[in-house]
Formats: sequence, C-alpha cells, structure tokens
Amino acid sequence: MPIISLKGVTHYYNSGTPNATKALDNINIDIAEGELVGIIGHTGSGKSTLVQHLNGILRPDEGSVIVDGTDIWSNKKATREARFKVGLCFQYPEYQLFEETAYKDIAFGPQNMRLSEDEINNRVMKAAEYVGLKRELLEKSPFDLSGGEKRRVAIAGVIAMEPKVLILDEPTAGLDPRGRDKILKMISDYRTSTGSTVLLVSHSMEDVAKLATKVLVMNNSRVEMYGTVDEVYKNGERLTEIGLNIPQVSKIFQLLKDKGIDLGNAYTVDKAVEILSRKQ
Amino acid sequence: MNAENIIEFNNVSFAYETNDEQSAVIQVMDGYNLSVPKGQFLAVLGCNGCGKSTVAKLMNGILVPNKGTVTVNGMSTLEDDKIIDIRRTVGMVFQNPDNQIVATIVEDDVAFGPENLGIEPSEIRKRVDNALKAVGMYEFRNREPHKLSGGQKQRVAIAGVIAMNTECIVLDEPTAMLDPRGRQEVMSTIEKLNKELGITVVLITHYMDEAVRADRVVVMDRGTVVLDGTPKQVFKNVEQIKMLGLDVPQATELAYRLRKMGWNLPDDILDENECAEALARLMEVK
Repeated sequence: MPIISLKGVTHYYNSGTPNATKALDNINIDIAEGELVGIIGHTGSGKSTLVQHLNGILRPDEGSVIVDGTDIWSNKKATREARFKVGLCFQYPEYQLFEETAYKDIAFGPQNMRLSEDEINNRVMKAAEYVGLKRELLEKSPFDLSGGEKRRVAIAGVIAMEPKVLILDEPTAGLDPRGRDKILKMISDYRTSTGSTVLLVSHSMEDVAKLATKVLVMNNSRVEMYGTVDEVYKNGERLTEIGLNIPQVSKIFQLLKDKGIDLGNAYTVDKAVEILSRKQ
Repeated sequence: MNAENIIEFNNVSFAYETNDEQSAVIQVMDGYNLSVPKGQFLAVLGCNGCGKSTVAKLMNGILVPNKGTVTVNGMSTLEDDKIIDIRRTVGMVFQNPDNQIVATIVEDDVAFGPENLGIEPSEIRKRVDNALKAVGMYEFRNREPHKLSGGQKQRVAIAGVIAMNTECIVLDEPTAMLDPRGRQEVMSTIEKLNKELGITVVLITHYMDEAVRADRVVVMDRGTVVLDGTPKQVFKNVEQIKMLGLDVPQATELAYRLRKMGWNLPDDILDENECAEALARLMEVK
C-alpha cells in the first residue's frame, strides 16, 4: 500500500470567481513508503500547491488525497491526523520561528500533539540531534542564531512531530555550498535511520540527482514525468523546454554522445567518474 | 586613487555590535583592499558569514567603514554630502524581489528612483522606457508587479536601478530565490548590461556557474580576499575552494578527479564544451 496516493486531484485558485485558475489538473500518483521523491518544476508549475494538499492545508476541488490508507477529508479526525503524519517544512522556514528559545520553537509541534512533557523533551532532543544543533544553542533566542542554524531549528520542529512523511520545500535555498551539503546529508541520514518517506521540492537538478529515488516533474499544473532519476533525466531536451535544466555532467555526456562516444548517462559527478574510470 | 577604478576599498575595517552579551563586537574585516575597474563584471564568492554582503553594502554607503575608506569615483562614502551622488553611481539589487518593489504598476516602480531625484517628467518617461527595454520588460510596463515571476520581478528591480543612470550595479545573491529559468533571465540581463551598456557589475553569488561568466572572480574568507583572478585562474584551485566550503563547476570537478587518476586533461576546464572536447580527444587517442 502506498503511503500517499492522489486520485484525480484537481484544485482551482479563486474557485467560483471569474479569475478561477486551475492550479492542479487531475493528479494521479502513488508514493511508496521509504522513497525519497524529488519534486521539480518551474515557479508556478504547481509544486507547492501539490505538497500543500498532502497534509490538508489545501482541500482538492475534485479527487481524493489518501495518506496511509485513509482519505484525509473523509472526517475531521482523519484531517487532523494527516497534519501530524505529514510534516511540511516551508521555504525559508526561519522566518516562521517565533518562540523565545530554539527549544520552545522545536517543542511547539509536539505540544500541539498533546504529548507528555517527558515525551516532548525526548523528541526535541532527538530532533535537535538529527539536525546537528548543539545543546547550548537550544536555550538561545532563535533570532541570535545564524541563518543555517535557524533553518535547522525550523526543520527540527517538523521532525520532532515524527511524521511518517517529511516534506521539505526548497530546504537549501540561499545557503552556501557547505550549508547546503550539510542539510542534504542530514535529510538523507534521517530517511535511512527512520525509514520515513521524504519529499524534497527543489530547483537544483544536481541535488535531486544525488539524493532522490524517484523524481516527480510538474509542468502547467500537471504531472509531466514521474520515475527514477534515470527515467526522468534522460529527457534532457524536454526538461529544458519546460524551464528546467540538466546537470552539467549530463551535458558533457550528451556532447560526447554527439561526437560518437556513447558512454550511457551520468547525472552526478560520482557516476561520471565511475563510468569514465572503467574506460581507462 | 586610480581614475580607472569605479570603486576602491583602502584598508577598510568594519565591525558590528550584536545583541548577544558574550560577543559584543564582531569584526567582519580588518585592512580590506579591493579595486573594481570601470566596466568590469566581477563575481564575489565566499561562504555565509565571510563578509560578502558587508562588502556589497559598503559599496554604496549603506554601511560605512570604521577605519579606512571606500571611494566611489573618488568620493568617500564617509562624506555625508556625497552620499546621494554615490547612490546615483552605484545601485543595489537584493535577494528577495518582493522586498524591493514599491509600486503597483511596473513602470511606476521603475520611475520611483528618478522621481525622487527630481528629474523632469519627460526625461523620466524616456529613462523608464529605456530601462525596461534594456531588461526586456517593456511589454510588461503596465502590469502589476506581484503577478510577475521571480525572474521578471528581479529584472524590474534592475530596471529601477538603471533608470537612475547608475554606472555600477551591485547584486547581492539576486538569483537565490529563483528557478532555473528565472536565474537564466537575470544572468542574461546582467551580461547584456555589462557588455552593451558598459555598466560595471558586482555579483555576489553562491552559484559557481554564474561566477564563471564573470571577467573576474574574487573569493573571500573571514573578511579577506583569498583568491582573485579570471574564472580559469581561480577555479584551478579546486582543493582550496573546497576547503573554504565552496564548490567548483561540475566540469571542473570531473576533470580534476580524472586528472588525479592520471588522465591527461587540462587543469583549467570550466564549461561542458571544453570538458567534452578534452575527453573526446583523449578517448580517440586510446
């Protein structure tokens, strides 16, 4: 049974007005438990609208959203449960920190779940460890932390709810390469150690190529492609047409193919080195 | 000062105070020197906290040095009566397009700067039209800015700077919040302004593929310049750049790793064409 299943999901913005626009158009996808799905697409393609359907922030106008076997709009209890089962971390989450201390910010979600104090403390500590926040930082005001630290506090706040599905919308936007690599490693480690499903919305085709087990490409409110990295990235021309790009190494391999040297496909530098070293 | 330089940093020190009791003063830079020649396209790289944004803000007097001077066309940013001229010469574009747009119609937004300078309406009309044409947003002049894409909003912000007849644009991570298409739009616009209008460009960025398009790359670490040269000269230093927490383009990284394995490839590969050609040559020989 898939952990998430969307059946004929359609969503209109400004529904019922002359300005109504279709933001999602008949989306049908299944996501298996434990996958790391990279979601890509240009701005306005429907990525954010899609992920906001998965934990009930938005309600589809048509179709159904099924999380862990339950239609999340079938009754109030199901909707509430979806909010805890699917944790969503928005873009630039550091702007949403509001508590006096980092600790309290991370504890906010678990508190809403009405857990015991001990359990809340337990979860805050575990989440802080996952994201690599030192203990002494937890007592600081979030506003005295660096940008990268703030972002990790925000992500820890979602992880502390121990969602079955963790969704991160552009978690590395604005970070430097080292900060980006740290966050990506943390996401990948979190998935391996907890077995959670992770959805990663990203503009970086390089990051998605490195981490994802599946790639979902959105275009004009529809699913353009959904498959493994290989299945999706081999359509370089189409990806470029819809405002995306392929990693530079993939272009190098394409150029070699055009010159009559067919080495197959590579989407990461590691893979390219591996293929080429066999040629030596 | 050298008349060929539009911006000069002379032994600049800058520190700021924090709210945190433990570390009251943070020294960002001490004895910093940098000259930007007129017409150059300069990219500044460095990890978060290395002082890049401080450099950007020192360039048009948003921040002023504690010691040393920053001069723009010979005018020191420390002189209050020069600050208007300095800001007319060096314009800034920031990361978040939504924080920089003030008007409800695109052309009003671009006109905002020149209007504040007290320029005649007919001249403003001309400047706004030219600026919007230069960034490829003329057809959008009557649109509402909030309905534009991120890349389009950034181009409107750039038009607002050009309409002031600035000689130099400083852009602080202008593409960080954009998708690949938006990034491409902004980069082409910047290159066009630099090549066709001769506007000096200082681009602060985390994207190596943007930095390779510049004439010159400066890499900063803890408030100092650690590498300075053409993209080819700078990105050769793969190990040092990685140590600084930065990246090199994938083509450079691939060539570097293959070289370490004994492949006879040039050490200054930056783009995919160079890399593919060098690899093809080697493999045909084999």
